[in-house]
Amino acid sequence: MSHSSHKLRLNPIACEAHGMCAELFPERISLDEWGYPVIAGEPISPSLLSHARRAAQACPTFALLVEKDKAPA
Amino acid sequence: MSRHHATVAEAAPRAGAPDGRSLPRLLAEVPSREPMSLDHHLAVHGELPHEHRHGRRHESALIERVERAGLRGRGGAGFPTAVKLRAVAHGRRPIVVINAAEGEPASLKDRTLSELLPHLMLDGGELAAQAVGAEEVIVCVCESAIAGVESVSAAIEERSGESSVRMQLSTVPTGYVAGQESALVNHLNGGPALPTFTPPMPFEQGVRRRPTLINNAETLAQLALIARYGSTWFRELGTPSQPGSALVTLSGPVAYPGVYEIEHGASLASLIDAAGGTTAAARAALLGGYAGAWIDGSLLGGLSLSDEHLATHGASLGAGVVLLLSQDACPVAETASVARWLADQSARQCGPCLNGLDALAATVEEIAGGTVEGNASKRIERLAALVRRRGACGHPDGTVRLILSAVETFAAEFADHARHGPCEACDRAPELPLPARSTRNARRREPVAF
Repeated sequence: MSHSSHKLRLNPIACEAHGMCAELFPERISLDEWGYPVIAGEPISPSLLSHARRAAQACPTFALLVEKDKAPA
Repeated sequence: MSRHHATVAEAAPRAGAPDGRSLPRLLAEVPSREPMSLDHHLAVHGELPHEHRHGRRHESALIERVERAGLRGRGGAGFPTAVKLRAVAHGRRPIVVINAAEGEPASLKDRTLSELLPHLMLDGGELAAQAVGAEEVIVCVCESAIAGVESVSAAIEERSGESSVRMQLSTVPTGYVAGQESALVNHLNGGPALPTFTPPMPFEQGVRRRPTLINNAETLAQLALIARYGSTWFRELGTPSQPGSALVTLSGPVAYPGVYEIEHGASLASLIDAAGGTTAAARAALLGGYAGAWIDGSLLGGLSLSDEHLATHGASLGAGVVLLLSQDACPVAETASVARWLADQSARQCGPCLNGLDALAATVEEIAGGTVEGNASKRIERLAALVRRRGACGHPDGTVRLILSAVETFAAEFADHARHGPCEACDRAPELPLPARSTRNARRREPVAF
């Protein structure tokens, strides 16, 4: 049986490099030398999902999205 | 049924079709100055076949014919046209956009179609509209292509009584990223001609939120010929994986630079011959334009112009750009000026593109000037990795591809400049074509952190 996993998607146009996401979800998000998030590609395990959601909600420009990953976990 | 509509039979080349093995196809009887009139166009290519579509449930026969022909998009991405048509045909009240907003400075083919053969691409737009059930066709032309704007506008007027669809012209602000699909949709919806965050893709939700088919002008011109002469005829030229002919803009040290129609798989040598031969030895060729890749001059003799063959050199035809750089030019100075122009063409919407392309251009400029410190190629690689796949559109990726390809192809020249500074050829007027540059960022330098 395959669990539906999640992944992060960034809207690079909306992103203004506030950096809250990297603060709240360092497991998957780091910042580049200009302060823009670099997102690791791996799917987010259920145990990390609440961190991902918190990071997305904290984004002042709503640039970070948590989406269901269609590929099986 | 209006005058220039005739029902077309199936895929076999119809009686009276031109010889499938012969060129030109698109450029048949192309006038040198004035646009081809509707009457002349119909005399050359015959009447516009009418695509019957029996209700929304049945797919138009043209889509299958385009699929059998193996037509791929000619705007650079090479996406299968039938797949695009099908995606939109499933939607409600779709809109068709003819994309002649050519932002690539080294490409003139869509401008040529707009200026001289407007009816061929309008035919394609009309046929595609019939095939997907659209009633509206919007033709996007760069506002700087004044002759193209006039010619398309006159051609729409000329066929207004005959057309099965509503056609209108939209002039698009000139810019490298303005012809990108989401940028056109943005522009047509009243916004700036800048890319947007996708999905939704234009075929899902485009102009006025309706499913929108956006096809390159040449793609639709080819479609207009496939509709008339069939898929078998189309495949009589080209390679099995890349059938048909293509418009190619050849520039650089050749006697007659310009737009040529070639068969996919034709040798570069035959194209250069058609252009009257070279006027100086070629140091390298840029394939696919400023999002493309360089091929060293030593390899040009055996080069064949098909994506299958070019892929072995890490290149592709893209939107049909073949640009020769002469031995006399300095490839480092040329790369520096193109890299700066490309950085300035950033829509300045996405951080990695805005900052990364500027830093990359600055690095190439420092190499060209001999002022670069540390390991410059490491820095370029690191910046490239930081930029790639992090923009909303393909612009940062294309620019990275060009710069990395230049660094590799001209490795000796880059190393020499990094060590010894400008060469004698650096002072020559640049060979690579660029539109009059905006000075907005020309002097701007940001420190590059390490």
